[in-house]
Amino acid sequence: MFGSVRWRLIWIAVLVAICGFALVPETIVDEVTGESERVWPLKLGLDLQGGMHLAVEIYDPEGALSGQDLDDAVERTLTTIRNRIDEFGVREPTIQRSGNRIIIELAGVDDPEQAKRIATETAFMEFKIVTDGQEFMDALERIDRAIVNEVGIENLQVTALETEPEVDLSDILGGAADSVAAEDPAEEADETVEEDPAADSLATEGGDAETGDAAEAADEATARPLSALLGQGRILGEYLVPQEDQPTAAAWLELEGVRDALPRGVTLHWGVEQVGAGAGSYVPLYVLEAEPLITGDMLQDAGPANRDPTFNQPIVPFETTRRGSRVFERGTARNIGENMAIVLDDRVQSYAVIRSVLSRRAQIELTPGASFQEAQELALVLRAGALPMPIEVVEERNVSASLGEDSIRQGRTAFIIGIVGVIIVMMIYYRAAGILAVGALLTYVIFMLGGLAGLDATLTLPGIAGLILSIGMAVDANVLIFERVREELAAGKTPRTAVDAGFGNALSAIVDANLTTLITGIILFQFGTGAVRGFAVTLCIGILASFFSAIYVTRTLFIMYLNRRGSRESVSI
Amino acid sequence: MRVFQNANYKFLSMRRPAYFASAAIITIGLLSIVFRGGLRTGVEFTGGVLLEVQFSETTDVGQIRDALTAGGTTGVQIQQLRTVGAETFDFLLRVPVGEEEDQNAIRDQIRTSLETQYSAASFEIARGDTLSAKVGDEFQRTAVIAVLLSFLLTLIYLAFRFEWRFGVAAVIATVHDMLITFGFISLFDIEINLATVAAILTIIGYSLNDTIVVFDRVRENLRKKRKEAYDVTLNRSLNETLPRTVLTSGTTLIALLSLVVIGGAVIRPFAGVLIIGVLVGTYSSIFVASPVLVEIHERARKRAAIAARA
Repeated sequence: MFGSVRWRLIWIAVLVAICGFALVPETIVDEVTGESERVWPLKLGLDLQGGMHLAVEIYDPEGALSGQDLDDAVERTLTTIRNRIDEFGVREPTIQRSGNRIIIELAGVDDPEQAKRIATETAFMEFKIVTDGQEFMDALERIDRAIVNEVGIENLQVTALETEPEVDLSDILGGAADSVAAEDPAEEADETVEEDPAADSLATEGGDAETGDAAEAADEATARPLSALLGQGRILGEYLVPQEDQPTAAAWLELEGVRDALPRGVTLHWGVEQVGAGAGSYVPLYVLEAEPLITGDMLQDAGPANRDPTFNQPIVPFETTRRGSRVFERGTARNIGENMAIVLDDRVQSYAVIRSVLSRRAQIELTPGASFQEAQELALVLRAGALPMPIEVVEERNVSASLGEDSIRQGRTAFIIGIVGVIIVMMIYYRAAGILAVGALLTYVIFMLGGLAGLDATLTLPGIAGLILSIGMAVDANVLIFERVREELAAGKTPRTAVDAGFGNALSAIVDANLTTLITGIILFQFGTGAVRGFAVTLCIGILASFFSAIYVTRTLFIMYLNRRGSRESVSI
Repeated sequence: MRVFQNANYKFLSMRRPAYFASAAIITIGLLSIVFRGGLRTGVEFTGGVLLEVQFSETTDVGQIRDALTAGGTTGVQIQQLRTVGAETFDFLLRVPVGEEEDQNAIRDQIRTSLETQYSAASFEIARGDTLSAKVGDEFQRTAVIAVLLSFLLTLIYLAFRFEWRFGVAAVIATVHDMLITFGFISLFDIEINLATVAAILTIIGYSLNDTIVVFDRVRENLRKKRKEAYDVTLNRSLNETLPRTVLTSGTTLIALLSLVVIGGAVIRPFAGVLIIGVLVGTYSSIFVASPVLVEIHERARKRAAIAARA
């Protein structure tokens, strides 16, 4: 008996420790200000605590959109933002349209920048085939000539000392960087190419027709401005441009004469990632087929990201629409073995080899070095789809609890008084056994809150309804057990057998009631949205916690209680 | 301490008056819903107008709500907007729109209401625009589907653990509770918002829990004594579980009463709906779920008797 009690206590202590650990406040240090802040890991929702309030508008400085078009664009943006933010799952955001603004409210203000980024990132997505670059290489001489013509040879020879104009993107979050950079090509073109020996040697390795004569490199770079910047990439159709020269090269590529010189059927796209680090870092430039394989609107669903069971590298499964699957099937059949680039907002996010004909369901395997985080972000991007227009944040503030701070204060007091009332009734009615039940309920509270914090769930008033129900069921389970024990005692059994029989007989009712409610909770989680899900999460965690605390913890406390009473064979219930 | 020990009430003999009472309450509730033209849904469901009001004097959400209530405007969601590093008194008001009101009428109404407590110079309505619903039609649709599906799975689970008729009786009792709750919500003109929806879901859970506990005792007693009449066994089971029923409902009601009495104006309707749910859920386990079992049993017995005669 003693041994089993010890094991029971160890199990309970381990669980309490795990849940308690999940509840330890974290210290978060602000990277900018260096201030640290203690954060209680249990998040309270917008209704109970408030959070961040963002207002965004469609970025349309020329007023190109009006009437029905603007209305449609706002509606579609609203849907996309809603899908994207709901990816947080249990965060319970508020996303509403007010006039032509979109109001976004997020509970907790732990990382406003991340929320802002996810809310406002413009995304127009395409899958495109990476060409072998041959056509582009053939056209390179023509392109170089076009650059010289447009910019003028004398401008190319001037060594620019002024700093590169900074592209301010803070207001047009996620707006296409390359198109903004091209707004004043003349200014950009004033700068000349820096003679970077690394770039030069790479260009030579790139299989270019040039012969490497170091002495002529400078002249060569002047006459062939773009070629001089291109280094060989990791795959065919990828070229590496030194990071400091990228804005210049990007500006050249936007010039009208240069666009005309580009071969038909291909487009150039910059990559988002940086290759290498520090002074020797490069930005990849991709030569892609102009015609996309499929576009973002043909994607139906993606993710969740997981790991390949054999090779352990991150993979992102995705699914295309019915129409998309036909287009995708034809496109991939023609291009087996080719690289397919995932292009978001004209920038290449990543690429992958097409291994077989793909149709409805497919998966992207990330390169072995890729982190799981990257896979999750890719899944998010694929799933969220595209925004119709770039958007800008017009207001960013903190917002107080939507229930009102006054009502929350009153509610909290009422809740505590209510719980104390229940405890008093249990202790008066069941005496010593009531105290045991209160002890068990205490562990229930720790399991419950620890579970919520561990799942990173956000507690809202609807969630508290789920909590109340599960507390009620935890109390009910104890009442059921105690009534049974009393019945057995009344039937003349000894305390020890009465307690055993009481627990045994109450078990079927507790199991059936809890399982039915758990099934309801799971269904509500699976099929419900928003607040219904919040309710379901707290209900399910609460049921599990209440079941364990009533059956296991109360029982353990009872065994200890009976052991301590020793020979005095009576039970206070 | 003991309550209702060795009780012996003839619950099942009272089932016909109980049917009548239930039918009457449900009818009154449904009539109220019809006359009011449906349930009153909150600004989260209907949308309305979003106003930003800037005060030049110190105030808080509670004071503004009091001013609006005094001026006859209810159902407004009020939040304070804060800018880091500045002490401002800007508030965001989400105001539901009535059938014949437009945006300007709402603005005037809010202004008039606020002027009952604040001087006209001390506040300014800085911005106002239409506001879409927070939850779309999808929310209602998925919620209804989820509830119906959970009923179906409850039926299957109870058929597996008990008998099919127990599942039917439990679901009928739960639907009964929901209908009465909706009637109550309509009669007291309680706003349907996300918290009310959660309260209704809680009632489903509570009602099922209560019914299953009673049914567990019925199952046990049916296994023990085969000679006793069906309704006698049921009635005995109800009496045997009565102490537990009273104590569990009682403790839950204590907690909820505390929320109603001192929980404040915003939480009161939510707690009120839960109280009705607990009362009705307890009532229905005794006066609806168990009688339905008896009715199903009697019908089956009569059919068997006719079959035997034929």
